[in-house]
Formats: sequence, C-alpha cells, structure tokens
Amino acid sequence: MTDPQRTPPAPPIFAVRAAKRAAWAVGGEKILEALVYLCGFSAIVFVLGIFIFVFKEALPVLTRENFSLAEFLGSSDWYPTSESNKRYGVFAMIAGTVAVTVLAMVIAVPFGLGAAIYLSEFCGQKTRETLKIVIEFLAAVPSVVWGFIGLTVMSRLIVQFTGAQVGVNVLNGGLILALMSVPIIVSISEDALKAVPDSYREAAIALGVTRWQLVWRVLLPAAKQGLLAAVLLGVGRGVGETMAVLMATGHAVHIPHSVLDSVRTLTANIAAELGEAPAGSDHYRVLFLTGVLLFTLTFGVNLIADTIVRGIRRK
Amino acid sequence: MNALPASSRFTETPAVRRKLRQEALAKWIFCAMAAAMVVPLLLIVGYLVVRAAPSLNLEFLLEVPKRGMTEGGIWPALIGTLYLVFISLAVSAPIGILAAVYLNEYARDNWFNRVINLAVINLAGVPSIVHALFGLGAFVYAARFGYSIISASLTLAIMTLPVIIASTREALASVPRSFREACWNVGATRWQTIKAIVLPNSISGILTGVILQVSRAAGETAPVMFTGVVFFKSVERGDLLPYYLNEQCMALSMHLYTISTQVPGVQPSIPFATAVVLLALVVIVNATAISLRVYLRSRKKW
Amino acid sequence: MVTMAATANHIEVRDLRLSYGMKEVIHGISFDVRQHEILGVIGPAQSGKSSLLRCLNRTIDFTPDTHVSGTIEVDGEDVRKTGNVYALRRKIGMVAPLPVGLPLSIYDNVAFAPRCAGLNRKSDLDTIVEQCLRQAALWDEVKDRLDSLGTKLSGGQQQRLTIARALSHEPEILCLDEFSIAIDPVTTMRIEDVLKELRRHMTIVLVTNLTQQARRLADRTMFMWKGEIVELDTTDVIFSEKPKDQRTRDYVEGIFG
Repeated sequence: MTDPQRTPPAPPIFAVRAAKRAAWAVGGEKILEALVYLCGFSAIVFVLGIFIFVFKEALPVLTRENFSLAEFLGSSDWYPTSESNKRYGVFAMIAGTVAVTVLAMVIAVPFGLGAAIYLSEFCGQKTRETLKIVIEFLAAVPSVVWGFIGLTVMSRLIVQFTGAQVGVNVLNGGLILALMSVPIIVSISEDALKAVPDSYREAAIALGVTRWQLVWRVLLPAAKQGLLAAVLLGVGRGVGETMAVLMATGHAVHIPHSVLDSVRTLTANIAAELGEAPAGSDHYRVLFLTGVLLFTLTFGVNLIADTIVRGIRRK
Repeated sequence: MNALPASSRFTETPAVRRKLRQEALAKWIFCAMAAAMVVPLLLIVGYLVVRAAPSLNLEFLLEVPKRGMTEGGIWPALIGTLYLVFISLAVSAPIGILAAVYLNEYARDNWFNRVINLAVINLAGVPSIVHALFGLGAFVYAARFGYSIISASLTLAIMTLPVIIASTREALASVPRSFREACWNVGATRWQTIKAIVLPNSISGILTGVILQVSRAAGETAPVMFTGVVFFKSVERGDLLPYYLNEQCMALSMHLYTISTQVPGVQPSIPFATAVVLLALVVIVNATAISLRVYLRSRKKW
Repeated sequence: MVTMAATANHIEVRDLRLSYGMKEVIHGISFDVRQHEILGVIGPAQSGKSSLLRCLNRTIDFTPDTHVSGTIEVDGEDVRKTGNVYALRRKIGMVAPLPVGLPLSIYDNVAFAPRCAGLNRKSDLDTIVEQCLRQAALWDEVKDRLDSLGTKLSGGQQQRLTIARALSHEPEILCLDEFSIAIDPVTTMRIEDVLKELRRHMTIVLVTNLTQQARRLADRTMFMWKGEIVELDTTDVIFSEKPKDQRTRDYVEGIFG
C-alpha cells in the first residue's frame, strides 16, 4: 500500500499480531458465556416456576362447584377436616395476619426509624460500626429461634405483666415480628437518610436550628419516600414470616378482638396443616391457594417498595 | 491568648441553654431507641444461654436424641443441617454468582433485563412458606425426588439465590468502571476482563455474601419441613455420613420446633441448648463474614 | 510536501454521526489521518473529541443507548463491519485521560494485552514488557519491582504505565486522550519526547486541551467545536496569524473556549 522506501523501521517483534488464542480458550469462553446468560435468565424461570407450580396445585379447587372465591376470602369458617360440612374461609387468618403485621409495624417503625436517625446523625463512627454488626446479627437470627423466644421468654413476660390467660397471642407475635423487621427498617431508612444531601444539613445548621429541629423539619420530610419503602418492606417481611408467628401467636382460628387474643396467620395456617392434608385433597389445594394469595400479596408490596428504593438510589 | 475579653455575644443566654438541652435530649432519645432493640436482644440471648447451660457440652452435640427425643443430644440434626446448607449453597452460589455477572456485566438496559431484575426482587420477597409449597409441588412430586435431602436442599437453594445475586452484584459494581474500560481498550473480551480484573477484585464481597447465606439456610424451617426434613431419624452417634441424598434427614431448626412444640416432657434445658447452638452458628458465620470483609478491605489494591 | 502527499491515509472518517439517546454529539464529520503523522485534536470540553476516539476502537459499544452512523475505515476496513473487533482494538492503542493502573503487577499490566491476544510464551512476554516500558520511559524506574502493584505507582508513573500498556499490543495507531490532565509538566515533557520517538513507527492521534501541546507535537491540527470540525490544517497554519476560521484563531489565542 505504501511506498517501500517510506516504510519506517519496523518495531523489533510482531509476536502479538501473529499470536492467536488457543481454540480451547475461545471455545471455553463461549461455553462460559452461554452459562452466564443461562444463569441470568434462570431468575425468571424460578419466579414463573414458583407461581406456576403453586398455582397448578391450587387450580383444581377453583373449578369446584361448591367452592367460591368470595367465600374463601370473605368467610371466617375454617372447617377443613369436618366430615359433613367442610368450609374453607380464610378471613380469620387474613385478620390474624393483618393484626400481627400492623402491631409489629406500630412498634418497629418508630424504633427502627429512631435507631436509623441515631445511626446516621448522632453517633460516632465506632458506635455505628458496632451497632451495625448487632443489627446484622439481629437480621440473621433464624425465625424458628425467634419463635422459640416468643414461646418461652415473651409468653411468660406477657402472662406476668398483662395477666392474660395465654402468652401466645397477637401481642407476642407483634413483638417478635417487630424485632425481626427492625433490621430491614433500619437499613433502608439509613439509606434514605444518607441520600439527603449534606448541603441540606449544612444549610439548616448554619441557620442555627437544633438537631432535633433538623431531624423533624429537614430530614424526615426529605427522606419521606425512603421511610415509606422501609415500612413496606417491613410489611412484606411480616406478612411472609412463618415459623415465628406459628410458634408465637397461638392457634386460634378466629378474628381477634384485642391484642391478647390468640390468632392464626395465613402462613402459620399452611405450616400447621400442610403436613396433615392428604396430597391432592381439597384441603391441600386450598392451602396452595393460600400460597397463591401470599405470593401475590408480597409480590405487590415488594414491587412498590422496590420502585421507591430505586427512585432514591437514582437520586 | 486571653487578652481579648470574652464577648458577651458568646455567653450562654437562656435560649442557647435551652437549645443545648434540647440537643442533648434528642441525642438521648434516639440513643434510647437504638438501645431498645439491642438491649432486649442481649438480655434474651443471655437468658437463653443461662437456661441452656446444663446441656451445653460437647456430648450434647455428638449424642443422638434418646427416649422419644426427651433426652440426649442433637447430632443427627446438626449433621443434617450441614448436609442441607452445603448442598443448597453448592447449587445456589454458582448460579447466583453467574446470574449476577450476567446482570452486572453483560445485560443491556432493555425491557427483558428489567424483567429479570424484577424477577430477582420478587424472588427475594417470596415468603418462605410459599417456597415450601413450590418445593413440594416441583421437587417432591413433579420431579419425583420424593421427600428427600435433595428436594429440601434445592428448595433452600432457590430461596437463597436472590440474596446471593444481590450481594454479588453489589460486590461487582464496586470495581471501578475505568478498569473495565482499560481492558476493553487493549482488546480484551468481556470474559477476559471479568476473569482478570472484575472477579479477583470482588471475590471478597462475593464470598461474604455467600457465607452470610449459610446462617440463613441453616435457620430456615418452613421450606424444608415439607420437602425432606423429618422429626426423627435414627442415626449412629458421631456418624459423619449418616444420610443418603434421597433420604429424609433431621435438621436443627426443625428439631428446635419439634421439641419445643410437639414433644411433651422434654428435659427443659435441651430446647434452650438447641436454640443456643443455632444462635452460635449464626454468630460464627457472621463473625467469619465480618472478619473476611475487614481482612480483605485491608489489602485493597487501589 | 511531496512525501506527505504520497503517504496513504491510515484512518478515513466519513460523515460520522453519534448520538447518546436523543442527543446528537457528533454532527457528521469527515477527515483523514495519514500514515505516521501526529494529528492534534483540540477543542473545548464537550466538543466530542473523546467520543470520537471511542467510536474509533468501538468501545462506544459498551455505552448503552448510543447510535453511530457514517463510516470509519482503518486501513481500508470499516470498523463497524470488522470481523474481529478485538484485533481492531489491538491495532489501536488508546490512552485514557486519567491514568489507570490495573490492579495487577506492573509486569502483568503490560503483559495483559498480549496474553489476551493468546501470546503466552514467557520469553516473548519478557521482551515485550521490557521494550514497552523502555518506550514509555518507565523501565529504569520500575525494572527492580515488576512484581509490585500497578495501582501503587505515582500518577505520572501510572500514566506512563498506561502508555506502555497501550504499546504492548503493537498498535499501528496510538490515540492519546488528554493524557497530561493528571500529571505534572516535567512528566508531560518526558512523555512528549516519547511520542516524538514513537511517531517513527506509528500514527498518533493526540487529543489535547493544551493548545500549545498540539503546536509542539502535531503535524496537522484539527479544531473541533460542539461536535463539528471547525478547521483542519497543518499545525503551522492553525497556529499562524491567519487560520481560515476566526473561531480557530480566537481559540488558540485563548479568547474563547
């Protein structure tokens, strides 16, 4: 292409230009990349798989003449093993789930939020590191251990202090669930508070406000969305939690009238009865239908929470 | 240095004093709220350990349950939990890590990958009892694995997967993009870049995430109680390989549930000791993860 | 002048357009780069200089939501239709504005590209590492500690390491994107000497925000502004009293931009 006389002195070696990757290296890379893609797509397969398998097991009961979805959701008659008058109404369980979750949130949100504010605004580096480790530990305690704590420690305390007949009730479940959902509330709230620009803080402090006012007037309004997401994730956790509420709330299938009533939640109901329901029976299928209900519920809650969290991270 | 008279402007006025008092009050209130979750935890753990004390010895770990599970130790449950944890993580860790590599390194921002992201998030939110239903329908019945260690482990694997994906992605994202660009500029393929730069520099974060899932897999009860874990299984004392993979096994979490709710007349310290063993496992796992994080942060390469 | 006319074009760009999302940042530019010349590219920030380089070795592919039209030919081959994009990238050495030492040893930093190309013989790698580090005027400083991390070098050393790495895959074209941003003037002068040496072997595209650097080094200089070429001529003309475009004159004299 060029005049040979103009060709400059060539660099001493051309090893790289002559080099070729070994066939096995190229092939291996192709296979690995295929595997990476496959694993990436697997998440969709699993989520769909979960929905399909759970729904598939529940489906036959939906087509039964004597089964109505309205009764399933609206009635609190739950007589799955009755000889003559089988009834499958989960309203009492829904009420139980709502009662326990709401109570847990009422306890956990202020404390979680307060702890998050303390972590991000008031305490020093060292305290923060230590507290974070404790919170991580709190999040890692298995739910069956929480259930055990509810059953042994908490129930005794409740009987002692409230004079209730039994210690396993809404209050117990709510307290346990509150302790369980505090870590997630703290960590998401802390993220949200961190996302508030430091310039806000500096501006407020320059104006001479107290830190109390800073928190109340500046940080909380600015971090509102994140705090909402934290609460939603806490709700998701509360609705889905199984073992702890199974052990701590008692086993009474009825609508609670006070926090000292025993209840049964949707999750606990499945855990308690799935072992006894013969595979393929209506009872078994109704339990799967409860699973579909739970799946849909947590799906919605987590989706909303995630949309909010993403919005914050983008800021 | 004290030549300047103290300006009257900077002495404490009542308003300033009130402000300082409020400041201190706020700090104490929030501190108390943080303490309100830490202190009960410590008290409860302390109480559990005290109640468990009579049973806390090596013999308890190695002995099998006796007299209808009212006495003896927890060996079969301990070893069963180890089986479940290792098999489930052996499945979920590679899939989770590769899936995270896909999402962080390969996936373009299009609707399909947004759906995958959504799937991961929802997978993380699925209640554990729904995982149990899925495991029962998919592995026990549809795949014909029956009630077995393999069914239970696979159920656990799918449950831990989204968390491993999330923690791995975070670790991968912490490697600066400029390193990747430098590699692409000299003609490295995506995979060569990942192998040479991205994975070696994020492996600590990835491992931490996987290790933290050990305690989660060990503590979960609901997903395994209907897929392969039983109340009781007869095992030799101290036997390291007591189970076949197509058999049912015992597990610590399930064992704690059983002896604290289903079996009457259990020696009182035994359930407490079982709970303490589970907690100890969690502490060990978390401590390992934290020290790994600290150690590897200390030899960060940039 | 005669010899210059006889030299073939090494890079030919025709009507190149680039947009990020809806925003077009390069508006249909055309120019050539000749064999063994130093082409200086000057212009204020955001004028599309760096994006141009990213189109050249197709690392623009890694940025989501980009759209490229027009052609770029290197040695007569359209880069967007090339069968082996990795070979193309090896043909073009690229030096980024901020020095990037990879978190590998100094030796591995330089040997990385040859290894990616499939070269694994130790003796070849040793030769390449030594030669490239010498060419980048870094060898004497690091020859006793080739095992230490590239990220632990000083900024100026890292930038020379980056240049050594860009030379390690034996490129025919070397693109430097504002290489002197993060280093001191003395190091800059040393690297400029290196470049004068290197132009005997290769074509150099020098994107710079220091107009005087282009004046010192470039054979021809191109002034880009807001994604368009305002003027492309020999460096003498651009920096003379009479460039064709008033904006060029204002810019090189520091009146605007």
